[in-house]
Amino acid sequence: MGNVWVFIEQEGGKIADVSLELVCKARELADELGVKVEALLLGDNLSGCTDTLISYGCDTVFLAEDPRLEPFTVLPFARVIMDLVLEHKPNILMFGATLKGRELAPRIASEKRCGLTADCTELKIDDFEDKVNKKSYTNKLMQIRPAFGGNIIATIVNTWNDPQMVTVREGVMKMGEADASRKGEVVRVTPKLTDADTVVKVLERVRADQEVDLKGAQIIVAGGYGVGSKENFQLLKDLADALGGEVAASRAAVDAGWVEHARQVGQTGVTVRPRLYIACGISGAIQHTAGMKDAKKIIAINNDPDAPIFSIAHYAICGDLNTVIPQMIKAFKAKA
Amino acid sequence: MSRTVLVFVKQVPDTQNITGDAMTPEGTVNRAALPAIFNPEDLNALEMALQLKDRYGMHVTVATMGPPKAAEILRDCLCRGADEAILLTDRAFAGADTLATSYALSCCAAKVQDVAVVLCGRQAIDGDTAQVGPQLSEKMQSPQICYAEDVVEMTENSITVRRRIDGGYEVLQSPLPALLTVVDSNDPRPMAARRIMKYKRAKTMSEIRAALGGAEADAAAVSAEAARLDAAGLLIREWSAADAGADLSRTGLAGSPTKVKQVMSVVLTAGEAKKVEPTADGVTALIHELIADHTLG
Repeated sequence: MGNVWVFIEQEGGKIADVSLELVCKARELADELGVKVEALLLGDNLSGCTDTLISYGCDTVFLAEDPRLEPFTVLPFARVIMDLVLEHKPNILMFGATLKGRELAPRIASEKRCGLTADCTELKIDDFEDKVNKKSYTNKLMQIRPAFGGNIIATIVNTWNDPQMVTVREGVMKMGEADASRKGEVVRVTPKLTDADTVVKVLERVRADQEVDLKGAQIIVAGGYGVGSKENFQLLKDLADALGGEVAASRAAVDAGWVEHARQVGQTGVTVRPRLYIACGISGAIQHTAGMKDAKKIIAINNDPDAPIFSIAHYAICGDLNTVIPQMIKAFKAKA
Repeated sequence: MSRTVLVFVKQVPDTQNITGDAMTPEGTVNRAALPAIFNPEDLNALEMALQLKDRYGMHVTVATMGPPKAAEILRDCLCRGADEAILLTDRAFAGADTLATSYALSCCAAKVQDVAVVLCGRQAIDGDTAQVGPQLSEKMQSPQICYAEDVVEMTENSITVRRRIDGGYEVLQSPLPALLTVVDSNDPRPMAARRIMKYKRAKTMSEIRAALGGAEADAAAVSAEAARLDAAGLLIREWSAADAGADLSRTGLAGSPTKVKQVMSVVLTAGEAKKVEPTADGVTALIHELIADHTLG
């Protein structure tokens, strides 16, 4: 059986969190299947990254360094990965469901003519009985993802050629601890790129490491005037950190100077559609709810039973956020 | 210079506006009750194509793969300014995953003459995979630019595009033909009243046949009507898998490597909030529920 591969996303030599999360998940899957975890690290001047990848659980790092692989563009990356796939025949190939992963993975899956499941939130190994075609498969990757606007959860199986390809949402797989005593091998790869692989030119590239990315956050813990003080926002931050989310605020809390404007949700702030929005001490004025009502799940915590926020919430907790939030943190940490 | 911009569009169930009517008594989604709408980002792709028509005099051809009813969104495209429309419809396309879909679309694209640029919405709101654009691009052996926000410039043999990246943007230049996937970055123009008056009468062959009596329709009358509509620019081309030259082992269910093992409906609380007691037990039960339904992970 082939190994479990993870595409490593990096920007300027800094490895994306999602890639380390996937390495940790790959370690679990590979141990269950009795195979290796192997990382695909592409770019230029990246030798500093390999120890990190090994410390998180990679047995092998395929390292392809070439000036034509920096900055990231799809075609040369797809060429290098495709060549490696054909040579080594991995069983599973995982990408982060990021902007890069979601444009790169399908290009490779199409050329290889194999299945690709987008935005998985859970992965496990199981057998599959294809009743329609009367075929059974053992030790396949169960690719679990929300679909239909998040209204259903589907388990998908790739029944064709390996690799079984998936993109996985950021923040859903747990990042384990690095262990510097782990051993692994770095295999240098010489990219075989043709002119056709480098026809797309990057004329300009403007990016900043954003400190706040509310739009991309899947979990948001937001506070309003009811939070009461700048100090109390630390409680929201603790909850956001525990759940892997971001802190946001209503205009009232921003105007009070408790939170910076970049975190304001609503008509004069950012519009968000996270998987979970926890509204703490927010009354629920339309100016705020316009920016968050499309969240998949809304929890409202407020000590006013008549707060309008309860009318759009899926879960209503009428109580003091100073006691409820610590309970949430405790319950999540105990379970996760 | 190639003159055609080919836009692929999709009719989708409106998964973003699920109302009480679309809920079953068990709290799950009744798909049949959801209205079929124009996939939002495909409207952005169409708008980008129409801007290329305005700026460079491009010919805009739209195409969709779907059931006969999907002709509705092709009429919508014509009313907004598209020049020509193709409906790719065949039972052999049913049940396709993204690989089989992109193959079918690539067969369609190969039959369209003189294509300089192919545009798709970034993703469709029923599957949210964003895979078909890049897969189609690979099948066409063309470069791809995903997450396009705007075309900076187009020349005889290249296109310069501003596109979204994490934390900023890039300006990329690609030779033509190229495929772009388009994000929600422009304001799609509405249908023009004068165009509605004309193009609401556009029909596919199946629709012409149905209007003239269905299976009983006189073949000569159908051909005559089709010729009349075609001359007036009102015939929506209707292609089967055979018309598109598709290999049936690569379309539909047969051409789809991914199989659905299981589907679970997420039970939504429509309207009424669930009350959670502000106690350790209440909060713990809530957190466990959210972990179980994958909201927290």
